[in-house]
Amino acid sequence: MELTSVKSTFDVTAIRKDFPVLSEMPYGKPLVYFDNAATSQKPQVVIDALVNYYSHYNANVHRGVHFLSQKASDAFDAVREKVRSFINAATEREIIFVRGTTEGVNLVAATYGRKNIQQGDTILVSAMEHHSNIVPWQMLCEEKGARLNVIPMNEKGELVLDSLEDLLNDNCKFVAVTHTANSLGTINPIKEIIAKAHSKNIPVLVDGAQAVAHDEVDVQDLDCDFFVFSAHKMLGPTGIGAVYGKLSLLEEMPPYHGGGEMIKSVSFKGTTWNEVPYKFEAGTPNIADVIAMGAAIDYWYSFDRAAAHQQEIDLLNYCTSKLADIPSVRIIGTAKNKAAVISFVIDKANAMDVGMFLDTKGIAVRTGQHCAEPVMDWFGIPGTIRASFMFYNTLEEVDYFIEQLKKAIQLLAV
Amino acid sequence: MRTIAEIENEIIDDFALFDTWEEKYQYIIEIGQKLKPLAAEFKTDDNKIKGCQSSVWLTASENNGIIEFSADSDSVFVKGEIALLMEVLSNQTPDAIVNAELGFIDQIGLRSHMAQTRANGLAAMIKQMKLYAVGFQHKNV
Ligand SMILES: Cc1ncc(COP(=O)(O)O)c(C=O)c1O
Repeated sequence: MELTSVKSTFDVTAIRKDFPVLSEMPYGKPLVYFDNAATSQKPQVVIDALVNYYSHYNANVHRGVHFLSQKASDAFDAVREKVRSFINAATEREIIFVRGTTEGVNLVAATYGRKNIQQGDTILVSAMEHHSNIVPWQMLCEEKGARLNVIPMNEKGELVLDSLEDLLNDNCKFVAVTHTANSLGTINPIKEIIAKAHSKNIPVLVDGAQAVAHDEVDVQDLDCDFFVFSAHKMLGPTGIGAVYGKLSLLEEMPPYHGGGEMIKSVSFKGTTWNEVPYKFEAGTPNIADVIAMGAAIDYWYSFDRAAAHQQEIDLLNYCTSKLADIPSVRIIGTAKNKAAVISFVIDKANAMDVGMFLDTKGIAVRTGQHCAEPVMDWFGIPGTIRASFMFYNTLEEVDYFIEQLKKAIQLLAV
Repeated sequence: MRTIAEIENEIIDDFALFDTWEEKYQYIIEIGQKLKPLAAEFKTDDNKIKGCQSSVWLTASENNGIIEFSADSDSVFVKGEIALLMEVLSNQTPDAIVNAELGFIDQIGLRSHMAQTRANGLAAMIKQMKLYAVGFQHKNV
């Protein structure tokens, strides 16, 4: 396979111009940003949306009769529909704004979970979850006297579904699985898992933090009950994300936080809750970031997503083959179906040392456990070096990365 | 015996030769690679300071009121950091170690290059060295 000759119709040079950070020069060297799984960079339109809101129509939403408040409310409300359409939810009432994936999982655990999980029940997660899709369930289990079960994985970092039938037994009351694993890059057969769980009437939450940035997501097609994600991994701002929940479930769930906006009427005798989704959104929302998240979604529709996706696949394949040529490199996570994330270790070299070396060359990678300590324990390693790509990365950047990595190995793996 | 402040000043002068983070990194790696490995018998869990991305083993011995540290790490960079700390704090009295302010870390521009967890790792090493010194202080009264 002659990968260097891969030419896509995707104009990466043009698209890079949309991302101001990509022309930064850390330590005087061109930035090579390969830490996209941690957070993506932001196109100018997203940055402008933030600045515009604060410069021209900053006001609280749903509270003022005045011009600014109405303008802010309109812009804010429009984003719920954009998010709905982005993941193809049935109605925008199924979209709840939260701070991100972490808060989203916590919301579902604290509302659906608290109401429905009982002593002796089990909650099923997978062996490759991010801590944010483990700890909230552990806390719920602790509170309720329930137990956490784990779908195992194999040495490639693929889930082993042989035992799924057994794990989905009568005690199992909830499944929470990641669509795409941030530490390994594995894309899980989430639709199959959902179908199997549903055949036993068990609801499923999908951690979509990585998936939304790389694949087109259709929550109705997946038929998941909850889907949570963060805007900052999909070109949007930090501090905002969403929970999708099936309306019938959301209607039955108790509220999350108490406060303004989430109530219909308050008296000292008692309070009645507002409708879904407002019932779950107490207090002044993160107006600016919601609006900027809307700008990020608009941006996703402004280019050829299929070609952008192909660019990521090219980056993944090219870099994987280059790494395979370096004898001391071992890739961790070799699933058949992978997103553009490559985790690896180097014989005799500490991951952090390598990451710091690359940093001195202007290359940003992540090192360590990637908030997935159980994954590292499974592989018996303290951590990995992780290069994660976005469509705005180039094959030339991969070449430079490989060249510098070889120097790091020469210096450090002695 | 050179004082801690004198040694700190020498290190600050050494680092003044480097303009870039790249040069400082290479220098610290070089120092780290020169650090004598710790004998396996000292690499115990008791001597281990567990950090997020690397582990450090640190032990201390005392002779005539003078403390000597030995250490190792699975990260060469961290070994370099420890070597610098040991250059400053080894062969000093417990009192001098306990009172050391270690301003050189900021002055050579190391702290700014450390993410929170790594700066914590450095702080943990310093704390452990000072705890050893406190232990020997009490032993000598
Ligand atoms: C798979 C996965 N789940 C959850 C999270 C947590 O997302 P956030 O920190 O935005 O809440 C991340 C981000 O690191 C992730 O990659």
